[in-house]
Amino acid sequence: MTADGSDAPTTPRSLAEVFRSFNRLALQGFGGVIAIAQIELVERRRWLSREQFVEMLSIAQVLPGPNIVNLSLMLGDRWFGVRGAIAALAGLIAVPLVIVMALTLVYARFADVPQVAGALRGMGAVAAGLVIATALKLAGTLKRSPLGRTACAAIAVVTLLAIAWQRLPLVGVLGVVGSVAVAIAWARLKP
Amino acid sequence: MNSLPIADLLALAGHFMLLSLLAVGGAITTASDMHRYLVVERGWIGDADFTASIAIAQAAPGPNVLFVAVLGWHVGGPLGLVATMVGTLLPSTLLTLYATRWAEQRRHTRGVRAFTAGMAPLTVGLLSATGWVLAEPFLRAPESRWGALVLVVVTIAAMLRGGIGPLWLVGLGALAGALGGL
Repeated sequence: MTADGSDAPTTPRSLAEVFRSFNRLALQGFGGVIAIAQIELVERRRWLSREQFVEMLSIAQVLPGPNIVNLSLMLGDRWFGVRGAIAALAGLIAVPLVIVMALTLVYARFADVPQVAGALRGMGAVAAGLVIATALKLAGTLKRSPLGRTACAAIAVVTLLAIAWQRLPLVGVLGVVGSVAVAIAWARLKP
Repeated sequence: MNSLPIADLLALAGHFMLLSLLAVGGAITTASDMHRYLVVERGWIGDADFTASIAIAQAAPGPNVLFVAVLGWHVGGPLGLVATMVGTLLPSTLLTLYATRWAEQRRHTRGVRAFTAGMAPLTVGLLSATGWVLAEPFLRAPESRWGALVLVVVTIAAMLRGGIGPLWLVGLGALAGALGGL
């Protein structure tokens, strides 16, 4: 076991544990769950290495559907088949769904209270920081990439600028930058 | 909240199933078409309900895709919720399970290895972009700029250093915001 969890020695023992862990990470996820998933699945439970997390997230994000939903389905399915996928998805959405619907019923009364609006802005800023910190942690996994550090850095920066600065559509960026990146990887992996 | 005839519920579920297969990057990427369909074309809900649905799901814990459930609730009550949630989740779920099993069986082939190795730096770039897109509205508005910047930097530093749970940071952000810090 290395410090950054580069091997993943443990797996969940039961469907109930899968449900509980995805429920736990969902309930900590304000403004997005991916950052919390990385902390819970990689750092706390050690069910995945950082490399495995990046690999699965890479597949999850090119498939349609929310990345965290796809990731939960993939992991649940890997551990316990379709029943595991259902347990992970149910853990992810069941309790948060109840909370969201409860908030919907009281929202109209509190939406205009300045303290509530301020608290939501503060939580939003922290959510942004959590996602950026996750990106920085996962950037370390690229050191061992077959593409080499220069190509990895170039691809990550081009992707960042295309989405955050140019606001290009995600599908186009995945298609164009992704094709170039996979082609470079294909060439470097030549047997 | 209304109650919709069964034909409308099926049309609602069918439209969301179609969008499910187009939602690369998450259901939020198809929100503009949901708005076009629910607000403009069908007139089932108003702009205020549509916007509030997204705001509530982002403020609540859990995946942001739950805004789809709130939309369904506003359109047709509990059955509307089931229609939009099943419509959004079922097609992409089946595709994900099928595609990942296919890739898992071929994970040592050059093609799949090239795909995951090539996409990894994009994943890191996309996460950075998501963080920036989330932070930017706060940093752009003069009244929230400095408070938000401090919260973002403190959060990044605390997470990289480790030892503090993310919920504490979310609580700190809520407190700072409620006290007028941004």
